[in-house]
Amino acid sequence: MNSTVFAPWDDPDQKPLIRFRNVTKKFGEFVAIDNLTLDIYEREFFALLGPSGCGKTTMMRMLAGFETPTSGQIELNGQNIAPVPPNKRAVNMMFQSYALFPHLTVWDNIAFGLKREGMEAGKLKARVEEMLRLTRLERFAKRKPHQISGGQRQRVALARSLAKAPTLLLLDEPLGALDAKLRQDTQFELMDIQEKTGTTFVIVTHDQEEAMTVASRVAVMDEGRIMQVATPDRIYEMPNSVYVADFIGDVNIIEGRATPLEEGQVRIDWAEAQPPLFATTSARFDAGQTCYLAIRPEKILITADQPQSNDNALRGKVVDIAYLGNLSTYHVALADGTIIKAQTANTRRIARRTFTWEDEVWLSWTATAGVLLDR
Amino acid sequence: MRLSWFNVVSLTLGFAFLYIPMVILVIFSFNESKLVTVWAGFSTKWYGELLQNEAFLDAAWVTIRVAVFSSTLATILGTMAAYVLVRGGRFMGRTLFSGMIYAPLVMPEVITGLSLLLLFIGIGLDRGVLTIVLAHTTFAMCYVSVVVSSRLVTFDRSLEEAALDLGCSPMQAFRLVTLPIIAPAVISGWLLAFTLSLDDLVIASFTTGPSATTLPIKIFSAVRLGVSPEINALSTIMIGIVTVGVISASLVSKQAMVRQRREEQAAARAQ
Repeated sequence: MNSTVFAPWDDPDQKPLIRFRNVTKKFGEFVAIDNLTLDIYEREFFALLGPSGCGKTTMMRMLAGFETPTSGQIELNGQNIAPVPPNKRAVNMMFQSYALFPHLTVWDNIAFGLKREGMEAGKLKARVEEMLRLTRLERFAKRKPHQISGGQRQRVALARSLAKAPTLLLLDEPLGALDAKLRQDTQFELMDIQEKTGTTFVIVTHDQEEAMTVASRVAVMDEGRIMQVATPDRIYEMPNSVYVADFIGDVNIIEGRATPLEEGQVRIDWAEAQPPLFATTSARFDAGQTCYLAIRPEKILITADQPQSNDNALRGKVVDIAYLGNLSTYHVALADGTIIKAQTANTRRIARRTFTWEDEVWLSWTATAGVLLDR
Repeated sequence: MRLSWFNVVSLTLGFAFLYIPMVILVIFSFNESKLVTVWAGFSTKWYGELLQNEAFLDAAWVTIRVAVFSSTLATILGTMAAYVLVRGGRFMGRTLFSGMIYAPLVMPEVITGLSLLLLFIGIGLDRGVLTIVLAHTTFAMCYVSVVVSSRLVTFDRSLEEAALDLGCSPMQAFRLVTLPIIAPAVISGWLLAFTLSLDDLVIASFTTGPSATTLPIKIFSAVRLGVSPEINALSTIMIGIVTVGVISASLVSKQAMVRQRREEQAAARAQ
């Protein structure tokens, strides 16, 4: 990485590599992509994240050329790509199933695209070997796809799609078929390769952790629309809607009525018998407006005694403990039955937990710990 | 697993029904005597006589030419039809079209033969090897398309998309990726068409002319003058050829299936 922060999306002089302009895609009556506008910049590792059926795969297939938009325009380097067939695009795709050619060796799979280009033999050999080195597959060059493991196949698919040095590489759930451990290693490998080659990557995934790990920016999608586009930390810390907050990681959502106070302070009345909550926000809320306080479990402090300093404090009883090894999540029921999740790091080995089932505890957090949302 | 006596009996009955007539024919083809029904010792002299018989050899040559040409044509057309039916998406009249492709499978051969005969007379085509080839192509094509389309249905479409993505034109994608992968099905379709053409009597006799006599026609007409041991020998050879054809067709497709399963298992292990 450069010493300066990589953020072309904040630079008004930068020209985006890909532009979706009011793109709509319908399959019959079904609207897969709904009037979507999005810019993706060169050298980005861009993640399209969403549940299945949200339209993320359709976006990718439109970029690859297997689908054309019903209306609107997709530009690559300022050129409308709708009339360009997939085999003429400087875009390559790594398929979810890898789609390795079973009748060809690893070597021939990687060379396939280069041969279609008519690359001369010496250069072709050098390029294939470079790709084999990049993906650490030198030893498997002579094997057929069914003679190698899933992780190796994944790397062959990556090498094959990178061989032609595309302007844009599309990755469709590239790690979906790998087990958790291999997945993590491969995520870092992907980032490494993306940095080395300087290719723009667009990855489609339904795994939020994967998107957060690899991507420079994440677009959270739902029902053919983009809910939010931002860097992973902003998506996590500053979601713009309950949907995004809920989709990324674990969150408590508390619905209430807002009363604006001075200096961006908002009072939230949310339950009859409970004290009001306080939150700081830069957004404007009207008096009496419905609002949602999104607060991450790890931002909530759990104590035995009533805290003195925190802005928000609630009393409840531990009803459930999820022990995750490095973390423990406590499910705390308030007097009115609301369940709030609070998380603590298990920094010490616990011979005996501080809190256990049925313990009376206090939950507290500062006014700046949560995000106040209007939808 | 042991078979119960009931299963043994049903199996024996079934196989007896199927194969006793053929076994008798094969045995009597090695009969010394000229009389077909009287056993007079083992001999291969009728096979020797067969090789001297010009008429039979001519017929065999015609049959083989017809079978090779018609099965090749049927394979090309059948594969194309299967590809369109499986890959073409939903086009107007797709259901009707797919129904009509398979209809000749159940159509009585007499009707197929008769309608082809009328067509050839109608367009003024001289009946001979060419007309038999065309006729056999017509009815063998649907068998090929059944075999090939069943393979195409399980074919991972993203392989073709990957080929396009890597710079193939649709035609190249078919030639370089689809065809090599479905080759076993295409080959077994060809072998099936070949054996069907080899033993067809009805359609061939409708569409043939005086210049071309296939083996089944020759045998059928010879038998009307009385069964000779020579015919038995000839039939035995045909049984042999057809058996080899059918067995290799099923071996080819079975091999492909075994390989596919092995790949799937390897994939499952790796995950």
